[in-house]
Amino acid sequence: MTESLAIRKFSDLANPTRFLAIAERVLPWLAGLCCLLFALGLTLAFTTEGDYQQGDTVRIMYIHVPAAWLSMMCYSVMALSALGTLVWRHPLADVSHKAAAPLGAAFTLVALVTGSLWGKPMWGTWWVWDARLTSVFILFLMYLGLIALNRAMDDPSRAARVSAVLILVGFVNIPIIKFSVDWWNTLHQPASVIRMGGPTIDAEFLRPLIVMALAFTLLFFTLHIMAIRNEIWRRRVATQRRMAARLAGRGD
Amino acid sequence: MTALLLRDLKLSIRAGGGALIGILFFMTVVAVIPFGVGPDLNLLSRIGPAIVWIGALLAALLGLDRMFQADRDDGSLDLLLMQEHPLVLTVLVKCLAHWLANVLPLVIASPLLGLFMNMSEVAIGAVMLTLLVGSPALTFIGAVGAAVSVTLPRGGLLVSILVLPLCIPVLIFGVSAAYAAVEDPAPFLPPFLILTAITMFFAVLGPAGAALALRNAGD
Amino acid sequence: MTHAFYVLASYGVAAVVILALVIWTVADGRARRRELAELEAAGLRRRSAAPASASTGKTAS
Repeated sequence: MTESLAIRKFSDLANPTRFLAIAERVLPWLAGLCCLLFALGLTLAFTTEGDYQQGDTVRIMYIHVPAAWLSMMCYSVMALSALGTLVWRHPLADVSHKAAAPLGAAFTLVALVTGSLWGKPMWGTWWVWDARLTSVFILFLMYLGLIALNRAMDDPSRAARVSAVLILVGFVNIPIIKFSVDWWNTLHQPASVIRMGGPTIDAEFLRPLIVMALAFTLLFFTLHIMAIRNEIWRRRVATQRRMAARLAGRGD
Repeated sequence: MTALLLRDLKLSIRAGGGALIGILFFMTVVAVIPFGVGPDLNLLSRIGPAIVWIGALLAALLGLDRMFQADRDDGSLDLLLMQEHPLVLTVLVKCLAHWLANVLPLVIASPLLGLFMNMSEVAIGAVMLTLLVGSPALTFIGAVGAAVSVTLPRGGLLVSILVLPLCIPVLIFGVSAAYAAVEDPAPFLPPFLILTAITMFFAVLGPAGAALALRNAGD
Repeated sequence: MTHAFYVLASYGVAAVVILALVIWTVADGRARRRELAELEAAGLRRRSAAPASASTGKTAS
């Protein structure tokens, strides 16, 4: 009886088991490559010339822009996983978007804080209700809301399905929010704000930026795989505890 | 469907308080603002449309968590899920009933609060019109939040947290349209039409999302 | 370096957040792995002493 139960449990976990095996092999390479790219990116970031206009603050760009890029990519990954949850009922997809939400929130936080630190010398204030900053802030709130929702539910598979719905609705909403914030911003455009960014980035800055963006992306995937692995382990522990408790209850 | 609409309307009126508490909350929020920013009538009339809109937004979120929870408590949610009608339509009707019972009174009460805020007649009319057009979008978005948190015992606060970021576009275009009606250079129609478009878009997305969430929230 | 404070502060904040993330993920993984190992060890003993293994499984949380 217990044997068959255990076998069924393990066949349920067949896919995650394969994932764990692959993760075990891939992770060291990914982490090593990530460290290498970070070393290269950071050296590049601190050896290149500063901008004649923005001075050394341009170096903030090398972490601000990759973090902002990741905050958006992470939501896209979550939306894809949410599709996987709702359409294919794939157990890994459940785990994937649950594990991605804290990562996304953390990278969004980095983007916000570095953006604010960049804004202080450039714009003269810590916070400007600039269209981009504002949209990223709203994204941050959405991440936190998703984490809160996931925390509030006990049953993991139901929590995954329900938050998948919310992720998808939010994903559809992001362009609308972006558009409306842009509109709102042009309406209330303060005169003192210096428009920055745009396509006129010198090749001198582009090289460290690309390396850092790659490094951040690899970092995200490394952490994401690790977090998925943790979550799979956590669920296994929970199932095994339940089985142990059931066995103990029968023994008494 | 009509029967469902009437039943929901009757229930929310008989349960009493729902709409009344919403209006009271709306009035209290708006009445608290002058104590915060001072009784400067010029300032109040300048920020009036925004205050009324924000008050209405908060008040519209207030009753949302009861939208499906009451049905879940007495088991009629399972009946709704098992019906032959598409669930999306059922949810749409429930949204309409919720809007009629809880949000429409807010729209009707808004001119009174506009007077408190020393707004001009045009501004009051504009705020009322934009609220009338924009507030259904709030209900539709809120339906998703309500459906997502239907199984949670204390989902009310969570619904607001989840739904508020998604409501920002509605707020932006509602307030800009209301301001555009008062301030001359800005044209009124573009933001108003975008607001209408947003409402129609969410009339599709909201019930679809809520239906999907309701199907998945069950066991 | 001009604006050294802002540059260093932003790099510092990014480093702290990312390090915290990495440490949290790794520590979480270690804890889960240990729990699994404990359960496995308990599972081996389970045939002889079922109630004891269940109680150790509970206290490990």
